[in-house]
Amino acid sequence: MDLFFFSLFAFIALICAVNVVLQKHPISSALSLVGVMASLAVLYLLLGAEFVAMSQVIVYAGAVMVLFVFVIMLLNAGIEVHHGRSWMAKLLGFPAFLAILGLLCFFVQRGFPNVGSVRFGDWEGGGAQQVGYALFTEYLLPFEVTSVLILIAIIGAIVLARKELD
Amino acid sequence: MPANFTPSSDDLLRFAPEMILSAAGTLLMVLDPFFAKKMPKLFGHLSIVAFILAIFGALGANSVAGPAFSNLLIVDGFATFFRILVMIIGILTVLLSYRYLDRELSETSEYHALLLFSVVGQSLMVASNDLIMIFIGLEISSIATYILAGYLRDDKRNNEAALKYFLLGSFATGFLLYGVAIVYGLTGTTKLNEIPGLLASQGTSPLVIGVATAMILVGLGFKISGAPFQMWAPDVYQGAPAPVSAFMATAPKAAAFAILIRIFMTSFQPSASGWEPFIWISALLSMTLGNFAALTQNNLKRMLAYSSIAHAGYLLVAVAARSEFGTAAAMFYLAAYALMNIGAFAVVIHISGKGERHLRIEDLAGLGQKQPVTAALLTIFLLSLIGVPLTGGFFGKFYIFHAALKSNLVWLSVLGLLNSAVAAYYYLRLLVVMYMHEPGDVTRSLEPLTPGLGAALVLPAIGTFFLGVMPGVVLTFARNSSLLGK
Repeated sequence: MDLFFFSLFAFIALICAVNVVLQKHPISSALSLVGVMASLAVLYLLLGAEFVAMSQVIVYAGAVMVLFVFVIMLLNAGIEVHHGRSWMAKLLGFPAFLAILGLLCFFVQRGFPNVGSVRFGDWEGGGAQQVGYALFTEYLLPFEVTSVLILIAIIGAIVLARKELD
Repeated sequence: MPANFTPSSDDLLRFAPEMILSAAGTLLMVLDPFFAKKMPKLFGHLSIVAFILAIFGALGANSVAGPAFSNLLIVDGFATFFRILVMIIGILTVLLSYRYLDRELSETSEYHALLLFSVVGQSLMVASNDLIMIFIGLEISSIATYILAGYLRDDKRNNEAALKYFLLGSFATGFLLYGVAIVYGLTGTTKLNEIPGLLASQGTSPLVIGVATAMILVGLGFKISGAPFQMWAPDVYQGAPAPVSAFMATAPKAAAFAILIRIFMTSFQPSASGWEPFIWISALLSMTLGNFAALTQNNLKRMLAYSSIAHAGYLLVAVAARSEFGTAAAMFYLAAYALMNIGAFAVVIHISGKGERHLRIEDLAGLGQKQPVTAALLTIFLLSLIGVPLTGGFFGKFYIFHAALKSNLVWLSVLGLLNSAVAAYYYLRLLVVMYMHEPGDVTRSLEPLTPGLGAALVLPAIGTFFLGVMPGVVLTFARNSSLLGK
């Protein structure tokens, strides 16, 4: 089961990665990159690093990619081509999405009923619980101080991007 | 799993200065909508109060010296010295900024908030005992400074300075981070004091340690603007708002030197014979390049930028000595340098006028006749920058070269002293223009000193004299805390 999932998602990741380079339209490239990120997240999950997998989806596939797409759209790179959505897509889109989601959930649940932790040599950890525990005990200080860093970035964005008053 | 999420009260006390400054920075932004129009100076006043409170916080932290937050921070004499130094620089920068922000009709609250946060980063760096903490502190300090460098958004030179500083600075941070990653890969720890033991017990190849050391040295070499990583400094110091240049040349530099000394004197102490030649070369290059380039400058800010590169060279001589006395000498020199440099920048801000139009050396002509007090104070700072006795700069250089000679760095000391002689020329040139030339348009129409700028001139002057007449007080403290971790 592990091997099957690994091969499947490694293959998808590779295909998407090649597609990033081959696509002519920047938005398509960016969307292929989402595919790479998502497949990588599944690979992390296979390793048992559920927390890293989750952050991979939220941070890369979510935040970073949205930023990419924003920049691409702002710079108006390439012309967007509109296709009218076919009635098939309208009718079956949402049910098909739900079905695929359900299938994925089913397989993940069957394949990994209890996700263990990552092991490298004598080191063990990587689950959400362990990461959270480390963040709030041993690494509490850097975790909290990073908020100052983010705050500065926000102030900086306001300072550098604000419109002239009056 | 036993969970104890609450830090102990000692932990919190050792972290007090940063908490005070962060709270003040946040408060400033909350007050912005209410007071930004009515009382633009309020934010500066509040910042000064916060810095003073934080200095007391740092002293309080020092009274319970020791590691905090599972050994990520270490409060020792060394950390306290630099914490207080960067906070004093913060106060002086606020004093420099009152008139400047007023003249440029600029927003004040974000400026002062960024300044406070930048000092939070530096204060955190100097008290770090962990490479991750050093990295976060360095980033807080740097990002705040990048933004401050481009604070006057409509000024082209500001934009250029900020962009250049940001791109090159991020690149340098990348190097530092690679070094940190290699060290973590080799040892499995980022705690500075655990690294040497683990490196030795695992018999790591010197080549890999060398690569990690070199990466970290490149990253920090950029932050201290030591040659050959000094290229950015003149452009950035010239383009940034003058009070920010004064701040950049002192506080981030002092903090970067502090962590350079801490990393290299603890983690990489066993491989010292390997990295010492590189520090030696960098010291000589910085001194020579800085001083000779400064000779030909006609722009005051650019000249001070090259002079700051040269001073980074002198400080690297103290690092190359790699002794406790060398560390103490570097600490003393950084304090003296911060005072005289800020004083010199105060005069530059005073004469430059709106939009910083008057920055040529000739613009100082006749200052001695028109504003004798300002001229006298600038004279003190210039003499201190040269290293004339009775000023802090003299004892700073004296201790550095004394430490170098003690560590048998004879050639470096000789070349360093020759360099100081070259440097005397371009500082003395300012004195000649100021006292011997007839007053020009700039000095004739000069506004009187404002209280803020006056204080930013008088306080460093008193400090410079104090360090020059009674160096023992500061040096004793520096020597007692030069053994890191005590």
